[in-house]
Amino acid sequence: MISATTHTHPAHKDYEGSKIGMWVFLFTEILLFGGLFILYSIYRSEYAADFHTGGQHLNTFIGVANTIILLTSSLSVAIAISAMQRGNRKLSITCLSATIVFGLAFLVDKYIEWSEEIRRGVYPNGPALLKFPDGEKIFYGLYYAMTGLHGLHVLAGITVLTVILVFVMRGKITSTDFNQLENAGLYWHLVDVIWIFLLPMLYLAA
Amino acid sequence: MATLAQAAIPEVRSYLDVGRPGILGWITSTDHKRIGVLYLASMMTLFLVAVAIGVLMRIEQLMISKPLFSPETYNAFFTLHGVIMIFLFVLPGLSASFGNFFLPILIGAKDVAFPRLNLTSWYFFITGALLAITALFTGKGFPDTGWTFYVPFSIQTGTNVTLGVFAAFVLGFSSILTGLNFITTVHRLRAPGMGWHRMPLFVWALYATAWIQVLATPILGITFLLVMVERIFGIGIFDPAKGGDPVLYQHLFWMYSHPAVYIMIVPAMGAITEIIPTFAHRTIFGYKAIAYSSLAIAAVGSLVWGHHMFTSGMGDPADVIFSLLTFLVAVPSAIKVFNWTATLYKGSIELRPPMIFALTFIFLFAIGGLTGIIQGALNVNVHLHDTYWIVGHFHYVMFGGTGMGFFAALLYWFPKMFGKKYNEKVATIAWFPIFIGFNMFYATMLVLGYMGMPRRYFTHLPQYHTAHVIASIGAFIMVSGLILLLGNLLVALFKGKRAEQNPWGGVTLEWQIPTPPPLENFEVVPTITTRPYIFNPEVSR
Repeated sequence: MISATTHTHPAHKDYEGSKIGMWVFLFTEILLFGGLFILYSIYRSEYAADFHTGGQHLNTFIGVANTIILLTSSLSVAIAISAMQRGNRKLSITCLSATIVFGLAFLVDKYIEWSEEIRRGVYPNGPALLKFPDGEKIFYGLYYAMTGLHGLHVLAGITVLTVILVFVMRGKITSTDFNQLENAGLYWHLVDVIWIFLLPMLYLAA
Repeated sequence: MATLAQAAIPEVRSYLDVGRPGILGWITSTDHKRIGVLYLASMMTLFLVAVAIGVLMRIEQLMISKPLFSPETYNAFFTLHGVIMIFLFVLPGLSASFGNFFLPILIGAKDVAFPRLNLTSWYFFITGALLAITALFTGKGFPDTGWTFYVPFSIQTGTNVTLGVFAAFVLGFSSILTGLNFITTVHRLRAPGMGWHRMPLFVWALYATAWIQVLATPILGITFLLVMVERIFGIGIFDPAKGGDPVLYQHLFWMYSHPAVYIMIVPAMGAITEIIPTFAHRTIFGYKAIAYSSLAIAAVGSLVWGHHMFTSGMGDPADVIFSLLTFLVAVPSAIKVFNWTATLYKGSIELRPPMIFALTFIFLFAIGGLTGIIQGALNVNVHLHDTYWIVGHFHYVMFGGTGMGFFAALLYWFPKMFGKKYNEKVATIAWFPIFIGFNMFYATMLVLGYMGMPRRYFTHLPQYHTAHVIASIGAFIMVSGLILLLGNLLVALFKGKRAEQNPWGGVTLEWQIPTPPPLENFEVVPTITTRPYIFNPEVSR
């Protein structure tokens, strides 16, 4: 993906170009979630009371725990990049690995949380959810759509970071050529930022 | 316009002669020119399939007393026709084919910014196409919802909607990645001296289009994902039985799909802007107006989606605002049309095939645009909504506009791309049936719609029959012209004489490199010293 050349530096990679490309891609990701945010805002104004009760039933503890996990992982990936820039490959590898572990921990939490909801029968077409008022059905529909899509992004982020980790270990990413690492970091921050919005919209809606 | 080292390279190996031999050399190459040709070939194939389906539908309308096939089949046919034409032909359209081939050349670059990503886009495209074909033959048949996949029908029908919308979702990736690539390319890879106001206008059009692709397509992605999730899990977001609102689906769908019609038309406008100065032998009139009107279309066009929903009951204030914005978006389009006509004024006009199709574009697009204004008025819209009028209107814009622009571009750049000359006389002859058939077909559709003929019906009432017969005959005439036009090019591809470097006397960069272009496009990176479209350096300082 990042094999651009410019006329002024024909032998080198075009970092600025790859940054532009990455940021534009991140825009598209935000807009993808933007569609869901629009639906959320419309339904929330339509079913304000039901969204309130819906939010009360979510497990805020897990939600906040996951926020802390993701924020920490953003820190660790940032350290991984800085470490690489300063030539500290070992620290970079450690921090990247930590980020991946945090990501996995997030997904485990999510699994526990969803299992609990599903056990209660609160899932699309589930016996408990069908008895809820309309607004709560929509709330949980959005809850599953948004956290599900976000979960897929966490999974994608973990995959990207794992590939990058292999690159770092094989010496393909160095203190002078760390562009891919930086772009992967940007993606991970995006995943984190989206979660920062999901937390108040869903868990703190009460 | 550019100081190229005129080393008069007699035998430079073209992009067609280097690289791996055979089909592998095409589907693994990251050369922007080969990728452009890949898109062109796959799109043309799919286009012909969709044309054939269109012809079948016209035959069905002729035989209402003894139908050729069932209503269900007809439903699947118009959906397939729409899905192929929209998502696989006009949407990638001139951007993916001619854009890929010529964008780097026009700005004096060796390739796009991300060549590998570019090839990946094509793979997304072809995967999407294959998924759509799979949807045709698996499950309970191809979707019967129309290309718009409106809920609640699309979540209730038993046909293969899930796979169908997934195909469109995958195609969205292709579109986004191409857009992202073009934006970066225009920002980073312009040749020395090529300031923003020295870029050819096709590049401006591609740049504006790329932004719409990037900003609008994700909305379609999430909308179609939600349809899939709705069908598989029943989350209820669009399901009234669970408190959901189907009108919100329409909003989300058109938030993408209206800007998408500008993804389809703006690159065609860009190509026309290249062709007209070349054959009028005169510099373009109103360079900046044309350049910025592309951006204006991209911007205002993103805010008019509601005009597809005037009868959905979204409320009067919304209706009025969207109607007003719809009238506004006609302004930048009109600016282009006036500038093209002004370019022709006092030009030395040469009516060769690309120019004939370019002028046809202006004529048909003007009709398409004006009918769009008519249906953008609220009270008229209530009468015209979901009739053949709408079908006639968007075929004037999408086929008369993008389609004719596509053919004009194909005729203009074909010699450069493949190094072969086609028979200009045959191409000119082919224009007559295309133009006559086109108007017989779609103008009749406008009339039919005004009389009240609803769209997407597999049959019609007796009072509409005469007009349907005229429309069908028009369609057959038009298709015969298309076959002649494309057959002529196919013959030229294999048996055509060698084309020279600059057959039309064009002045942009692609005409200053060998035909067909060498792998790296330029022997020496060009330095740009003037604005484009200078035909007579002494006069037009």
